[in-house]
Amino acid sequence: MQIHDQPQLKAEARNFNFFYGEAQALKKINMPIYDKKVTALIGPSGCGKSTYLRSFNRMHDLYPGNRYEGEIRFFPDNTNLLSPEVDPIEVRMRVGMVFQKPNPFPKTIYENVAYGLRVRGENNKRVLDDKVEQALRGAAIWEEVKDRLQDLAPNLSGGQQQRLCIARALATDPELLLFDEPTSALDPIATGAIEELVHELKKRVTILIVTHNMQQAARVSDYTAYMYLGEMVEFGKTDEIFIKPKDKRTEDYITGRMG
Amino acid sequence: MQPLTTEQVRALIAKGKLKDTLFQALGIIFLAIGVAVIVLLVGDMIIRGSERLTLDFFMNFASRRASQAGILSAWVGSLLVMLVTALAAVPLGVAAGLYLEEYAKRNWVTEIIEINITNLAAVPSIVYGLLSLGIFVYAFGFGQSILTAGLTLALLILPIVIVSTREAIRSIPAMIREGSMAVGATRWQTCRYHIIPYAMPGILTGVIIGLARAIGETAPIITIGALTFIAFLPPVPFTATGAEGATAGLFDWLMSPFTVMPIQIFNWTSRPDPAFEVNAAAAGFVLMVMVLSMNGLAIWLRYRLRKNIKW
Repeated sequence: MQIHDQPQLKAEARNFNFFYGEAQALKKINMPIYDKKVTALIGPSGCGKSTYLRSFNRMHDLYPGNRYEGEIRFFPDNTNLLSPEVDPIEVRMRVGMVFQKPNPFPKTIYENVAYGLRVRGENNKRVLDDKVEQALRGAAIWEEVKDRLQDLAPNLSGGQQQRLCIARALATDPELLLFDEPTSALDPIATGAIEELVHELKKRVTILIVTHNMQQAARVSDYTAYMYLGEMVEFGKTDEIFIKPKDKRTEDYITGRMG
Repeated sequence: MQPLTTEQVRALIAKGKLKDTLFQALGIIFLAIGVAVIVLLVGDMIIRGSERLTLDFFMNFASRRASQAGILSAWVGSLLVMLVTALAAVPLGVAAGLYLEEYAKRNWVTEIIEINITNLAAVPSIVYGLLSLGIFVYAFGFGQSILTAGLTLALLILPIVIVSTREAIRSIPAMIREGSMAVGATRWQTCRYHIIPYAMPGILTGVIIGLARAIGETAPIITIGALTFIAFLPPVPFTATGAEGATAGLFDWLMSPFTVMPIQIFNWTSRPDPAFEVNAAAAGFVLMVMVLSMNGLAIWLRYRLRKNIKW
């Protein structure tokens, strides 16, 4: 592997273990996340990929009994995202998230996107208007909603709702954007639009995406990690993982013999 | 086993359907009994009280003569007491419910608090009356006032408000909360922008149902010593009082003696003169209308507010 075209690190999991109460859900995960690249997490249901993803914005802190061990280093400042001294809110200010099922707030389209800014204390209408437009453009939904920003977001179609949720995450300029199976509730056309968007977004933000769909991983990602039973089985460039996987388990999963 | 013939299948279905019909008939009969009782009650009150249901009845104070007695001090008292009750119970109950659902850690302390709240709803209302007599009337020196009555009934409906707040909060999907937290909101920001507004229809419904219960409560109000014969209204803020050159302060009405609808009714029914029974029936009907319109308001509010909240 040539060192010189190795992109910069945005984050890195180091000996990361995760526990739901007594049950260990993730085991000794070591994995780099490269800056301004798309990294896909694949693996059968229950392998821990969503658990892993939700550690990057400390979502597990919302529920009692969860425990992290090890580190997820975040660069350039080399913060350990999992450190008890690091406020989860600070982490979520830097790491955005798009959920499996579109979850717009039952408010207007405008307020959905402006929410992250309001949380940060921004109340200047000009600034908000600007940022909302930018975010909606960034999520490729501006043209569809620009004339009805005051409509209620839940009245949009599923695909539009998901792009609105992406706009909501983009509005606050996150450094890392987490996607938790963002297209599993969408039809093929809406899925295509989201995939295209992911491709476009990696110019400005690092992306980590969980997907059940291997074609999707192959289409959108630069790097792929295969997880199985809470372990990171294999990580590598997406073409390499899909063309010549090193691990037998990865190969079985990719060729459809398992999963 | 042999497959059933068509005739056998049909016989089976017919047997099953017979039970269906039987149960339906039974259900309708039982329903009709319930409805008939209400219709009879209300109808009886209207018929017996109709001759007294005039504007004068609403505008007259209590009187020794049945035909001149009215419910002015009673309905004004009921409304003012309800106002105090709502102002006290809503912030307390909503804050308590919000804390228990959104902030409190699950441990044995919160378990005990929860069991207590559930049980509070079952405490006989007269016990609240005794409690208030000791605390509000004597210890705090609020006397037999609108304030005391309002706070007593607020205690009484507090469990209802807390429980309905918690249920309303629980019906908000976790993904909404996560969506808010994921952009970096604090718990309070999530509560303020999302949880409280989305829970509001359920909370309001609970509050109004609680108030509808409180407005008919008699026992605790008698215990704290509400008067049964009041021929004046609480002082309106900034108007002249009886005393020379004095005007009533903004909150003087809180300390005023009062009576409420159920006490007025109770008082009239316990008089020997049968003419007062007519008054009692008429006042009972008015109280029924008050309670039913509060319930109606709850249903309408819930419908209106829920229209814009969907996930």
